[in-house]
Amino acid sequence: MTAGVSIAKVTQRYGTALALDGVSLDIAAGEFVVLLGPSGCGKTTLLNIIGGFAEPSEGRVLIGGRDMTGVAPKNRPTTTVFQDYALFPHMTLAENVAFGLRMRGIGRMAREAKANDMLALVGLGGRGAFRPHELSGGQRQRVALARALAVEPDVLLLDEPLGALDLKLRRAMQDELKDIQRRVGTTFVHVTHDQEEAMAIADRIVVMNGGRIEDEGPPQQVYLRPRTLFSAAFMGEINRIPVKDGVSRLGVLGVPDGCLCIRPEAISERGSLRLGPCRVEETTFFGTYLRARVSPVRAPDLRLVVHLPQRSAPEVGTVLDLGAETHVVLEA
Amino acid sequence: MRVLSWVYLAAAYAFVFLPVVVLVAFSFQDGRLPVPPFQGVTLDWYAAVLGDRDLVAALVNSAMVATVSSLVALVLGFLAAHALARVRLPGTMLLRGMLIAPMTVSYLIIALGLLALFNQMGVRLSLWTAGIGHVVINLPLCFAISYAAMGDHQKSAERAARDLGAPEWKVLFLVSAPMLAAPLAAAFFLSVTFSWDEFIIAFLLTRFDVTLPVEIWSMLKSGLSPATNAVGSLVFLVSVTLVVVLEIFVFRRVK
Repeated sequence: MTAGVSIAKVTQRYGTALALDGVSLDIAAGEFVVLLGPSGCGKTTLLNIIGGFAEPSEGRVLIGGRDMTGVAPKNRPTTTVFQDYALFPHMTLAENVAFGLRMRGIGRMAREAKANDMLALVGLGGRGAFRPHELSGGQRQRVALARALAVEPDVLLLDEPLGALDLKLRRAMQDELKDIQRRVGTTFVHVTHDQEEAMAIADRIVVMNGGRIEDEGPPQQVYLRPRTLFSAAFMGEINRIPVKDGVSRLGVLGVPDGCLCIRPEAISERGSLRLGPCRVEETTFFGTYLRARVSPVRAPDLRLVVHLPQRSAPEVGTVLDLGAETHVVLEA
Repeated sequence: MRVLSWVYLAAAYAFVFLPVVVLVAFSFQDGRLPVPPFQGVTLDWYAAVLGDRDLVAALVNSAMVATVSSLVALVLGFLAAHALARVRLPGTMLLRGMLIAPMTVSYLIIALGLLALFNQMGVRLSLWTAGIGHVVINLPLCFAISYAAMGDHQKSAERAARDLGAPEWKVLFLVSAPMLAAPLAAAFFLSVTFSWDEFIIAFLLTRFDVTLPVEIWSMLKSGLSPATNAVGSLVFLVSVTLVVVLEIFVFRRVK
């Protein structure tokens, strides 16, 4: 029903290009892991290697303790939900969902019953006789999910499954995905480039860049205490202030040398790490907050982005005395 | 100007269909020769044709050769297309070109080549050898139609099928082929029509049992008769029926 995945020093080369560079990662049974990164970072390559669609140049993958080297996708305890759904257009929804069971030699009655259960699980109960072209994109992706879960894989791989959906539907599907994962208990490995999606669903986020793992941890940790500058910037907007020999362009701030990183929403008039007076250059209303661009009086050519309370409405040119509530200092 | 364009349209259709109309009309000729003047309507010639054992045998032979050779060409063409659409090898272009190349070779050359080959190998001429000839001419067609129909959509469905545990032959049989049902049917029916009225290969590669076009040709040697018109009309009727079936059940569904 569920199994852990152990990725040991996996390297993947395409010609001279290095898609994965010695990646090691342990995923616990029943965990919801999101591989996050920009396109070309190796996240999909890693997913393909777990699923058996590609063999790594070096290293190996263990699922439930079993070495998967040389094991074809059809013999692995994994199934995949593809971004383009990849439903079988000539089959009904029930036949689509029952396909994997049919390949495992399960009788018609049993697999029809299971297919109906799975369709009900994804909120499409009673639609078994429909065909894929009669459904919307979100519904098709649910069918693809039901089809992949019907064979009760140990590990479910999701390759940007929500990428083709519009924003509102994507947010709704995220909640549902998380909910389904809790109910079935299967290990989910989910690939996305959307950091909000990653934070919404993941038990653990693995940030990838250039074929390497940059950072990993629970969403809160990766967002608030990123390990690298790349991770910090990829998870959301960030202000960077270089500090050298204890001095920054804002003067002595009492932080170690490196790159001082502060999220826009961590800056307020109460913050304990004082940044000094800043002049408001521009404000934009974003609904849940007021986004302001400010320049410190001590370093007028430095620009900081600050999220102010939605009700505040400082005039351009107003000088605010700002400070950071949380911050991290990373290697520049 | 409007009238002119209608006249042009009528002239174009007349040019194409007048010979067929004349052929069909004179198959009903109540006389010895299928030439004007028209002497009245009779179905005697159709009765004579359908009562002619050689002709009916040739008709059955043609149907068999067309069906079997088209099926073989379809299976081979589809499998070749499937393989070449998947695998990217340095020789893919060359392989693809060589599969389509027979389309550019005249039927006469293909027939002569096969004739020489069969003689060398000591294979006796029969409906089978004619059928092999028809596979040679229809395989490129089936390959080209199948190849053109394969896209990424299909590729990912096949990948999903493999992921769900399907062995390769089930991927082909349960996913790839059914997804291409319409183009595969089109390739099959086109092959059948080509085989159905192909003459040169059938003429050179058959001996005792012959196909319908060969039989008609031997009828023509003994001079014109409304009976040949009647056979011609029947052949035409079969071809038209196939095209109409294709139009209704295949092309309309594709749209």
